Amino acid sequence: MSIRRAAVVGGNRIPFARANGPYARASNQDMLTATLDGLVARFGLQGERLGEVAAGAVLKHSQDFNLTRESVLGSALSPFTPAYDVQQACGTGLETTILVANKIALGQIDSGVAGGVDTVSDAPIAVSEGLRTALLNANRAKDVTGRLRALAKIRPAHLLPNPPSNSEPRTGLSMGEHQAITTAEWQISRTAQDELAAASHQKLAAAYDRGFMDDLLTPFLTLTRDQNLRPDSTAEALAALSPVFGTRLPNPTMTAGNSTPLTDGASTVLLSSDEWAAEHNLPVLAHFVDAETAAVDYVHGDRKYDGLLLAPTHAVARLLERNKLTFDDFDFFEIHEAFASTVLATLAAWEDADFCRDRLGRSAPLGAIDRSKLNVNGSSLAAGHPFAATGGRIVASLAKQLHEKGSGRGLISICAAGGQGVVAILQA
Amino acid sequence: MSDRYLTLINSPFGRTVATRVGLPRPGVLRRYQLGDPVLEGPLRLGRVGADGIKGLPELLTGVGLGLVEGDSEVVSQDRDASCGVGSVSTRETGRQRWSGLVFDASAASRPGELAELRDFFAGALRRLAPAGRVVVIGRQPQGQDPVLDATRNALDGIIRSLAKELRAGATANLVLLTGDADAAALEGPLRFLLSGRSAYVDGQVLVVGALADESGVADWNQPLAGRVAVVTGAARGIGAAIAAALARDGARVIAADLPAAGEALSKVANQVGGTALQLDIAAPQAAGRLIQHAETRYGGLDLVIHNAGITRDKLLANMSVKHWDSVLAVNLEAQLLLNRALLDSGLLRAGHRLVSLASTSGIAGNRGQTNYAASKAGVIGMVRSWSSEVAAQGGTINAVAPGFIDTDMTHAMPFATREVARRLNSLQQAGLPVDVAEAVGFLCWPASSGVNGQVLRVCGQNLVGA
Repeated sequence: MSIRRAAVVGGNRIPFARANGPYARASNQDMLTATLDGLVARFGLQGERLGEVAAGAVLKHSQDFNLTRESVLGSALSPFTPAYDVQQACGTGLETTILVANKIALGQIDSGVAGGVDTVSDAPIAVSEGLRTALLNANRAKDVTGRLRALAKIRPAHLLPNPPSNSEPRTGLSMGEHQAITTAEWQISRTAQDELAAASHQKLAAAYDRGFMDDLLTPFLTLTRDQNLRPDSTAEALAALSPVFGTRLPNPTMTAGNSTPLTDGASTVLLSSDEWAAEHNLPVLAHFVDAETAAVDYVHGDRKYDGLLLAPTHAVARLLERNKLTFDDFDFFEIHEAFASTVLATLAAWEDADFCRDRLGRSAPLGAIDRSKLNVNGSSLAAGHPFAATGGRIVASLAKQLHEKGSGRGLISICAAGGQGVVAILQA
Repeated sequence: MSDRYLTLINSPFGRTVATRVGLPRPGVLRRYQLGDPVLEGPLRLGRVGADGIKGLPELLTGVGLGLVEGDSEVVSQDRDASCGVGSVSTRETGRQRWSGLVFDASAASRPGELAELRDFFAGALRRLAPAGRVVVIGRQPQGQDPVLDATRNALDGIIRSLAKELRAGATANLVLLTGDADAAALEGPLRFLLSGRSAYVDGQVLVVGALADESGVADWNQPLAGRVAVVTGAARGIGAAIAAALARDGARVIAADLPAAGEALSKVANQVGGTALQLDIAAPQAAGRLIQHAETRYGGLDLVIHNAGITRDKLLANMSVKHWDSVLAVNLEAQLLLNRALLDSGLLRAGHRLVSLASTSGIAGNRGQTNYAASKAGVIGMVRSWSSEVAAQGGTINAVAPGFIDTDMTHAMPFATREVARRLNSLQQAGLPVDVAEAVGFLCWPASSGVNGQVLRVCGQNLVGA
């Protein structure tokens, strides 16, 4: 069996909205369907049967078990297009891209859409464990007396709902608190974080201004740009914000300004074989080269070396090794800005000889990257971070950057809850 | 945007009240639906003298334009014949209502001959069906023979007045042939003017030259089959209607609009099975992006519809630089730049059509719209000026000037103003976006290659700027 490289044809996303903002009443299905329809409109895919659509959401209602398939049925795509859901925390969007690209590479399908969507505004709220147990017992009871007896066990406290939280089940710490430990251990300065955050806003604003986003994004529900974007953001202004994470640590540095806000949004990427793209008169922006996932033992591991969001360091090391590449072989680096300090700690780890030796098994560090190649059109700090939608945003944007440049390689690195990392290489 | 008055006045009760009180009674317009015949009933053809345009009866009969053997008549105007109606017995068609009346006045050379026109219409108009069509065909004055030109120009006055007399959604229009234009050049214009596609075109003069190319239309249900069109401002209103009409007629459509209008644009693109191109036509890279999109996705371009436009109304005394500049930039300068780039690109295929949206504001002027009227009058100048260069490349360039069309924009007007404005035309109602779209579609037909450098008004014979 011959293996071919999957092509990235293009992408579409909706502007990302701050939680409980313009998309407060939009469901995951609404957003994913609109995003798919925008993609269909951009590439003239009305009624087209694609190989598959893979997408997912991190925060998902149980009724949305077939979220992606339902979105396909609501879209202008052919109803004969199969679909499935994927959930790998913030890695979801990139993981779906890997899945679709691999099937294309193996010749199992010729075209497909990868994507992701998330809403924290329309998040599922679970009933308490006590109420759930009582209701299930009542349902199982054979008579009215049994039902009443089961329901009588409900206590007022059981009526409090359990909203979703982004804390790690095994540590009880939120992602921000985990990252605050990593930030402190790697001694990432407040200034460096604020500078990275301000640059993210400025670069994304510039991308909008030069029309870079015109064929990457379709407006949705009154929003035409990412709501979180502040074009006039400066490191000086960000320096005035109070820390919100790690406040019990000696020198907290992580603020709302250098951390991503809770966001609603969706993204999609169209992938295909070169032949399919040519048959449909569609461009090939870049090719999907390879990908790697990794995980770290943040539960039992070292406070510095095994931080929750450091798994991409492992994944990138293995990916480069397998492809016989170094950082010098890349023209763009897209490192997801979960927090400014995540990016900075990741860069620091790759430059750290001890870390690279002890954790990555390398005789020499991976080294520094050229910062002018990092997140050149802004990233999650400016755009926002609807968990599962970030991967699709980055893949489409990077593919377009490579296409504009005409040739070259780009590296994507995305950290995810559960101590995971998903990384990939695109090449034009 | 329902016209409640029109609905009411055409109900039995409303008709009674309107007749007694003398209220205006707008008729229900006949609008084209896919598959409709050109005319639903018979057509009557008359002419001045014995020699009309060669092949016209055959055209009207042969292509099913309504002149059907048996229930129609070609009337050779003979002043001595009874009622001036010619030789075919009126008994055969006594109860017949004419869906169309076509009068060939091309042979008229002195004012006295115009009486033949009077005779034809005096007998036939009473039997014109609701939403009937009157088309008079003449020849364009040539500026050499005063008697001839006076006679020819008289048709202009006749048609403009007749259009105002017609009721029940009927229209009257004049086609003026230039130079050596013959019956073949008339097929497109007659198909348009006689059909439901011209519902809101009334009291207009359309100048038609000889066909630039003979490539005909194989299937009149798909007159734009194989054509690739770009429509700017396609996200809503008239632009969305143009995209839909062109797609219905067989064209593949690139729907373009501002990035900020992308949500509505994607819906339009998906409805018409086209592609959405989020593009600010006033941006420096607009032409490049449009050309690249058309080239890579479609391999060429046939129809360019400049519909995108903005209004920033202010009295000239209060007009800001920003309002002035933005309207001129989007409505006029962008078209100049895009057309130049497209004409130079080699992307436009033979038989291409450039159509710009002008406005009756650009013809008659409008208080508070010096900037807008400048842009729209400018478009008219552009179209006329470019017509010979475009023709040399094998295409045509024309403008469509809408009058009062029901859109989101007019819906935002105060109720009373809107109701009055709606009635200020011979059809006593507002047009619909589709009416403008049909006119654009007509100019895009392969059979319309004789129409070049023209401004076609879709205004129901608006009383303003007539």
